[in-house]
Amino acid sequence: MADIDEIDGVSDEEVEALTAGEVLQKLEEAWLNEKFSPELLEAKTDLVDCMLEQVTEMEENIKRAKKGDFKVVLHRMEIDRIRYVLSSYLRCRLKKIERYTTHVLEQESNRKEEDVCHLSPEEFTFAKEYGTTMETHMKNLVLRHMPPNLQTMDFKQTTIRPNLDSYVFLRVIEDTDGVLVEEETLDTG
Amino acid sequence: MLAEKALDLLRELQRTLDGSLPPYNEDGIRQILEEMKALFEQNQKDVSATVAGENGLFSGVQLRHSALERNKRCLLAYLYNRLEQIKKMRWEFGSVLPPEVKFNMCEQEVQWFSKYNKMLANYMRSIGGEGGLDLTQDLKPPKTLYIEVRCLMDHGEFETQDGNILLLKKNSQHFMLRSECEHLIRQGILEHIVH
Repeated sequence: MADIDEIDGVSDEEVEALTAGEVLQKLEEAWLNEKFSPELLEAKTDLVDCMLEQVTEMEENIKRAKKGDFKVVLHRMEIDRIRYVLSSYLRCRLKKIERYTTHVLEQESNRKEEDVCHLSPEEFTFAKEYGTTMETHMKNLVLRHMPPNLQTMDFKQTTIRPNLDSYVFLRVIEDTDGVLVEEETLDTG
Repeated sequence: MLAEKALDLLRELQRTLDGSLPPYNEDGIRQILEEMKALFEQNQKDVSATVAGENGLFSGVQLRHSALERNKRCLLAYLYNRLEQIKKMRWEFGSVLPPEVKFNMCEQEVQWFSKYNKMLANYMRSIGGEGGLDLTQDLKPPKTLYIEVRCLMDHGEFETQDGNILLLKKNSQHFMLRSECEHLIRQGILEHIVH
């Protein structure tokens, strides 16, 4: 990725002073975390926005380059790969939002001011609309034809919640002492 | 037996769900709703009888109430799973559904589909600062930049990013950018040749 910086003349990001390479690495980390975690994690909108900007910039540079230049091929492959990581990351999040809609919206409303949002504003709009259309669909098709005491969607019964007890893989990045793992969950050997 | 029709409805859905959407069983749903109405009315009668002083009706009321809840749960599950299948088709076929699929959807499902389309399009357009990102592309990790494809049917002319015009005639083979032909492969117009 260092080559890309030199060739394209990409400057550091103003806010966090990360190189494009570091942004991509953080994005890949967020992507893996999101794939392996059973619940929806923090929304890394700044990483996504930054990476998309990089991709647009790279595409512009390619258009300006000479036709048949080998760098163009390398850049195109890089763009394809970055676009795949971005799409996969956002798709994974969208799938979780669609599956756990009411749970996710509940968590957001219970979140305190200082905590980071787990939904970007666009994801939040999507989640709300998705929940409403689902509910209206059910209402129009069957609920309004049911006996009066059963006509509402009982969300305590119907929400799907992520299985927070499911097993996950962890990779240790820094040496940390003193992390306690519960006896029953310890994999012996 | 109580709630048997609801179970049949779900069994039928599960059997026919692989691949495409089965027709909307309007009749089955209507029958279940009628059963629910009958159960509810019987319950009402029993409740007013109990209030008037009769005993021994409570277990009947409880049984019918459980049957009502079960019917409701089965109906909601039936609708929900059909919607999941329709969603899967949006991601496979794009925003225009093939007519055979549309034929099997009821009116409200068609409306839900167009609403879902709109929601998804708005979200995809709002990603990043400008233009957005089409999440229905790039479904598989890119192995190579260019791929060899064979045309399965006549599709006319196709202009590539570089400005070259390819004639997509049946059985012709081309070497194209993966990102350009991915959606054609998914639609079944092109076939990826794997060596």
